[in-house]
Amino acid sequence: MREWQPTASMQNLRRRAQVIDSVRSFFAAQGILEVDTPSLSCAAVSDPHLFPFATDFVPEGGGQAQTFYLHTSPEYPMKRLLAAGSGAIWQICKVYRNGETGRRHNPEFSMLEWYRPGFDHHRLMQEVDELVQLVLGCGPARKVTYAQLFAEHLRVDMHQCSTDDLASLGRRHCGFQGELDRDGWLNLLFSHCIEPQLQQPTMVFAFPASQAALARVVPDDDSVPSAARFEMFIEGMELANGYFELTDPAEQLRRFEKDQMQRRALGRSPLPIDSRLVDALQQGLPDCAGVALGIDRLIMLALGAASIDEVIAFPFARA
Amino acid sequence: MANYSTNEFKPGLKVMLDGDPCAILENEYVKPGKGQAFNRVKVRNLKTGRVNERTFKSGDSLEGADVMDREMEFLYTDSEFWHFMATDGSFEQVGADEKAVSDAMNWLKEQVVYQVTLFNGAPIAVTPPNFVELEVVETDPGVRGDTSGGGTKPAKLVTGAVVKVPLFINVGDVLKVDTRSADYVGRA
Repeated sequence: MREWQPTASMQNLRRRAQVIDSVRSFFAAQGILEVDTPSLSCAAVSDPHLFPFATDFVPEGGGQAQTFYLHTSPEYPMKRLLAAGSGAIWQICKVYRNGETGRRHNPEFSMLEWYRPGFDHHRLMQEVDELVQLVLGCGPARKVTYAQLFAEHLRVDMHQCSTDDLASLGRRHCGFQGELDRDGWLNLLFSHCIEPQLQQPTMVFAFPASQAALARVVPDDDSVPSAARFEMFIEGMELANGYFELTDPAEQLRRFEKDQMQRRALGRSPLPIDSRLVDALQQGLPDCAGVALGIDRLIMLALGAASIDEVIAFPFARA
Repeated sequence: MANYSTNEFKPGLKVMLDGDPCAILENEYVKPGKGQAFNRVKVRNLKTGRVNERTFKSGDSLEGADVMDREMEFLYTDSEFWHFMATDGSFEQVGADEKAVSDAMNWLKEQVVYQVTLFNGAPIAVTPPNFVELEVVETDPGVRGDTSGGGTKPAKLVTGAVVKVPLFINVGDVLKVDTRSADYVGRA
């Protein structure tokens, strides 16, 4: 007998639907436009650590096949909508990340993503917090910088600390013996020594400038240039990642190229750059903040589920 | 031996780590939304029994370990080696040294079947069954009629192990003992 039944109980699926209803009412109440963007794109998100699924479009009746990528997040087309004058927008969509399975990962998962013109990351952090409090009935999140958490949990000044010092901390605390670059060691230490300690709702901001992704770099708290990026953690789990969005097309192009170089250095094939995004930025992206929040994880927290399989009907292994 | 990548680290897989054979106990995929993916792995060193946590980059690999668990009957000891014989009809024998026998020493009885862990064919660990039956060789005289199990006293078993037993137990009684906790379960 194959395992045909859902892994989530019917009760969990009903509560899942309720959480999604309350998210929908939250955005409806603010009059934010719900949008829908393509899952398939001829370009891919350039993040060196993401692996998109690729598939071919084959014209019926013959012709040149073309490779498309299932989106790993809807950020590029949503920014194109913003550049076209959409105003505040949101959507919940399925996104796809090749190779990711685990207690908190499924290769396809539901993402809530929204953008707020006129907001910076601090104002958006507040709104994320309001939504999370509404859904989970928890208290307000603590706001703390990335560097402050390294000081609290590892007693190091993350800005002054050499890469060798980070490496020796990583080897001592995480049982890791390989080689990593500076961001690799920071990621290792953060995910092993800090993240599990963030049990209460926590907004982490002022990430290292080298981990800006698509956030602008600003002098934040300690007047050290840092990424205007934040992440929310609850019960030791990453829930959301947001930016005060980069709007400079030249800088965007540089970051794409840097990502491509890093992909090559990691032995990963380069992916087509989304030049439509660069064009949209040239047209002008309004100053805005945007955030992506893992809906399945939010539901896990709402239901007290230990595994993502408990909140989705058919996880990858039964898909 | 074949190499195994982090995504093949299933519980029970035996791999070589720092020159010792280890069994994977748990494997958690840890990946930040932005950044390098890791696998956080709990392993048991099969020589020492110690459990360690280690972290690997996702995609790293380890060499498999030629480790086999065999059902073997305890035969005898010559004080240097403890000899076991396979119960699969092959009558193959191995001699385990003191280090391999380790804590199982307390529960060794002739003709009882143990799980012997072989690494490259040589015994590195002996695991007793959950329950064994052993005779009491030394304890204070039994208190007649006290079967309610109020107090306890120490009793030395034929293997040298000492367990806490109810007061009514006498020398010569055969006891059933839980080898995982060294608890007295009852009279056999």
